[in-house]
Amino acid sequence: MGSLSFALPFAELEVGQHLYWQFGNFSIHGQVFMTSWLVIGALLALVVVGTKKMERDPRGVQNLLEFLWDYIRDLARTQIGEKVYRDWMPFIGTLFLFIFVSNWGGALVPWRLIHLPSGELGAPTADINTTVALALLVSLSYFYAGLSNKGLRYFEYYVHPTPIMLPFKIVEDFTKPLSLSFRLFGNILADELVVAVLVFLVPLVLPVPVMFLGLFTSAIQALIFATLAAYYIGEAVEEHH
Amino acid sequence: MTSLLLFGAGGLFDFDATLPLMAVQVVLLTFILNALFFKPVGRVVEEREGYVTTSRAEAKQKIAEAERLEADLRDQLKDARLAAQKVITEAEQDSDKLYREALSLATAEANAAREQARREIDSQRESALNQIKADADKLGDLIVERLLAAK
Repeated sequence: MGSLSFALPFAELEVGQHLYWQFGNFSIHGQVFMTSWLVIGALLALVVVGTKKMERDPRGVQNLLEFLWDYIRDLARTQIGEKVYRDWMPFIGTLFLFIFVSNWGGALVPWRLIHLPSGELGAPTADINTTVALALLVSLSYFYAGLSNKGLRYFEYYVHPTPIMLPFKIVEDFTKPLSLSFRLFGNILADELVVAVLVFLVPLVLPVPVMFLGLFTSAIQALIFATLAAYYIGEAVEEHH
Repeated sequence: MTSLLLFGAGGLFDFDATLPLMAVQVVLLTFILNALFFKPVGRVVEEREGYVTTSRAEAKQKIAEAERLEADLRDQLKDARLAAQKVITEAEQDSDKLYREALSLATAEANAAREQARREIDSQRESALNQIKADADKLGDLIVERLLAAK
């Protein structure tokens, strides 16, 4: 795809350019890891500060953390069910928090002010590698959840309610990670591109509503990813009667 | 823009070692967040939920206890009021009886005294009348004697 470079420093638009770090035969996208470390660092800092001195009457950051915890618990409980939601709450919560902070970080932090030799900083979720990694983790999780909860009876799910469903259910195992990863990747990348193009065309005022829309989309995408992950796990552990 | 290179280096869908490394990173983050965030916050929240539940149960128990005691006291109060009412009525009846008794006793005494007085008056009047009659008879006899003597 090459690159689209424009004159304004804020409005540079580069698609598919990466800062490659080489490790022997392997190469990784440096800019993705740099931003993901910032995201993880921010999350850990928030968590460490908020849980340092927890009390029964919550104060300060503890309130925020408890709100998040409660939100994630409700999400996991409604999708996975009362029985096993506790085992999967940390995974669902980590997905939600990581994607949410990545998306908002990509939208709110003016990364374009930092120049890299190649590629540009942005939300880690705007890179297909990240979203496919997350989606594959979800796939592994629901297989593991189903097999560990029901053993080989998990495969009854493929012929439920009738064996006619078998091919569809097998196809679903491939479409689930595909749709999860491409939905997130497409939304976040498209949002970054729309904002960049608008900033290039009309550098004042006009991009602001689109940026707000971007924040909204980012939050929604994090919620959708976490909810669907929880739903897939819940589907795998559900008992058929 | 001339080359539509989607996969491989420089493409939009450039898969490389970023994918597995990111997966490992997210799994590690899951474990770290579980230890630093989900477990401790969950413990605090659930402790509070337990505390609220037990406190509420205790409060409900106390309310029930208080209501029971209140009902008891109300019953006792009602009984006491009834007893007091009874005592008052009895006392009123007693005093009434005593009054009547005293009144009838006094009336009887007064009647007896009056009767006696009347009887005394009657007897005195009778004796006075007899005296007068005797005196009149004597005087009459005297007059008759004198008249006879004057003749």
